[in-house]
Amino acid sequence: MNHQLSPDEQREALWQGKLSPKDPQGNPLAFQSPEAEKKYKERVLRVKAAIEMETLPDQVPVTIFPSMFPWKYAGMTVYEAMYDYEKCAAAFKKFVLDFDPDIQWGAYAPGPGRFFEILDYKLYSWPGHGVAPECCYQCNEGEYMKPEEYDALIQDPTGYFIHLYLPRVFGALSGFQMLPFFPGILEMYGLALTFIPFGLPPVQATFQALFEAGAEALKWVAPIGGLDTELATLGYPSLLGGFTKAPFDVIGDTLRGTKGIMLDLYRRPEKVLKAMEVLTPLMIQMGVNSARATGNPLIFIPLHKGADGFLSDEQFRKFYWPTLKEVILGLIEGGCVPLPAAEGGYSSRLEVVKDLPRGKTLWMIDLTDMADAKRTIGQNACLMGNVPSSLLNLGTPEEVRAYVKRLIEVAGKDGGLIVSNGSFFDEAKPENVKAMVEAAREYGVY
Amino acid sequence: MSEELVKAIADMEEEEAIRLVRDLLEKGVSPTVILDAARQAMDIIGQRYENCVYFLPELMLAGEIMSQIAELIKPRLAEAPEVRRLGKVLIGTVKGDIHDIGKNIVSFMLDANGFEVLDLGVDVPPQKFVEAVRDFQPQVVGLSGFLTLAYDSMKETIQALEAAGLRDRVKVIIGGGSVDEHVRAYTGADAFGRDAVTGVSLAKKWVGAQ
Repeated sequence: MNHQLSPDEQREALWQGKLSPKDPQGNPLAFQSPEAEKKYKERVLRVKAAIEMETLPDQVPVTIFPSMFPWKYAGMTVYEAMYDYEKCAAAFKKFVLDFDPDIQWGAYAPGPGRFFEILDYKLYSWPGHGVAPECCYQCNEGEYMKPEEYDALIQDPTGYFIHLYLPRVFGALSGFQMLPFFPGILEMYGLALTFIPFGLPPVQATFQALFEAGAEALKWVAPIGGLDTELATLGYPSLLGGFTKAPFDVIGDTLRGTKGIMLDLYRRPEKVLKAMEVLTPLMIQMGVNSARATGNPLIFIPLHKGADGFLSDEQFRKFYWPTLKEVILGLIEGGCVPLPAAEGGYSSRLEVVKDLPRGKTLWMIDLTDMADAKRTIGQNACLMGNVPSSLLNLGTPEEVRAYVKRLIEVAGKDGGLIVSNGSFFDEAKPENVKAMVEAAREYGVY
Repeated sequence: MSEELVKAIADMEEEEAIRLVRDLLEKGVSPTVILDAARQAMDIIGQRYENCVYFLPELMLAGEIMSQIAELIKPRLAEAPEVRRLGKVLIGTVKGDIHDIGKNIVSFMLDANGFEVLDLGVDVPPQKFVEAVRDFQPQVVGLSGFLTLAYDSMKETIQALEAAGLRDRVKVIIGGGSVDEHVRAYTGADAFGRDAVTGVSLAKKWVGAQ
């Protein structure tokens, strides 16, 4: 990407890239039919118009952003989806073709089971490793970073991850603890002493595991990544460029854990603030790099510990929002479209988070009242959601249709809406998911 | 001085609270006086949570302060004093789901409001709930779950209670993630709650308190 371009020009270049898609060899993408090509381009433009809020799209875009539903729909267990990569891709393809969403999000959710085994991943339990075959993987909350380690994280986040954090969450990476201090690699004198760890069995075993894990990741990504290209040739664009996190959640989800960070707000608030400040540019870089590598503009930001009920308004304004706002603005500055997902309820946060540059952000809304969301963040940002998982799972197609109709009336009248599920779901009645898509097409024509 | 202790705990002054407890113990004040103060502080904390003044950081810090106090007075306490309880609540995250933040908040609030709570933890199979209902004899059973998969586990758990002839002895409330009236009807629970405050007020209603 040309760094002379302004943020808006960079973003436009990503969208134009989506509109003239290339295959992995860099040649113009060969669509499977002229209709597929037409659909593909209409869909990209539809979503782009909904997000940018300058002109009305031809109709309200509709998408399905599921968790394990595509594989349950195929009659597979999550275990199979994680361990049989070809089957995983085939099931996701069938899901997209059967439900016909405007954009698809890729078959990446299950991930390669064998890869996690090679690394002895401890942060999550997955089928066969702590949860039953039909269950989705789930995070093992814990204090993976000790309270006294804030200074180490603040001083050198990358070094902290390599030497302390990664060996704790990956059993196979314990050799990282012995790695040298890289900024000490400066002069010829004594240099070989620094490299001695690489000759030691624990470090070599760790590198062996990394080679195997890398090979397994490649084996997995061939069918899974290849499916994105194939789905594009069939008329289904993917716009997901990667993900990043709110700095508060980086610490509160997988470093200190919920309890850890909540206590830290009282016991060492200055350290939390400083650590988030250090993590902020890294989280921006994570998203921008990923968008540039994939050519996709949307950077997903799942929001966790700032939802209604977790923090007071004062705490949210002091600890959660400032660095999240910086990440969002940094992504926009880097030519991306941030996609924060307000998981759970966000009613009490709407007034705080509403002032962002117009037409540059896409908010995924879960349980928050859509009229409230539209009145606040919806004035400047496109909203995506908020068909409830419970309705998709237990309601009737008629109820889903009525919900979508009302959703479009409440939040879609003047554009700025993408109909979608509001939270990630594993189980749902297929006829309800179908009803969501069909109702959006029926009631969403401008 | 025990008023100072109530205030220190309720206002989240952790170090001050612990210092006061040590002082009181050194002065030979009875551990039950300290426990009383702690209980009063918990009431205030619970009220502040219900009034949306306090949130997770305060509940979690209060939990930490309480366990430190319990550690300090343990050696002086021959036997835990009998505390009159409103009733018993059995709680747990259902089979297949290991999420527990919401459940822990509800447990904490129930405890703060005077219930005896037995928390079975996460990924609890229906049979374990059945056995615990039999042994612990709660008036209320709280089933927690974050995933959509939990709907079925909740339903199975309630069916297992029915099969064991225990369903009529307890009120069942579900909570977590996306539970709503749809999910309540599907699982056969008596009620659902979107937050801990709802859970506590339902439990109080069911045991005939307030």
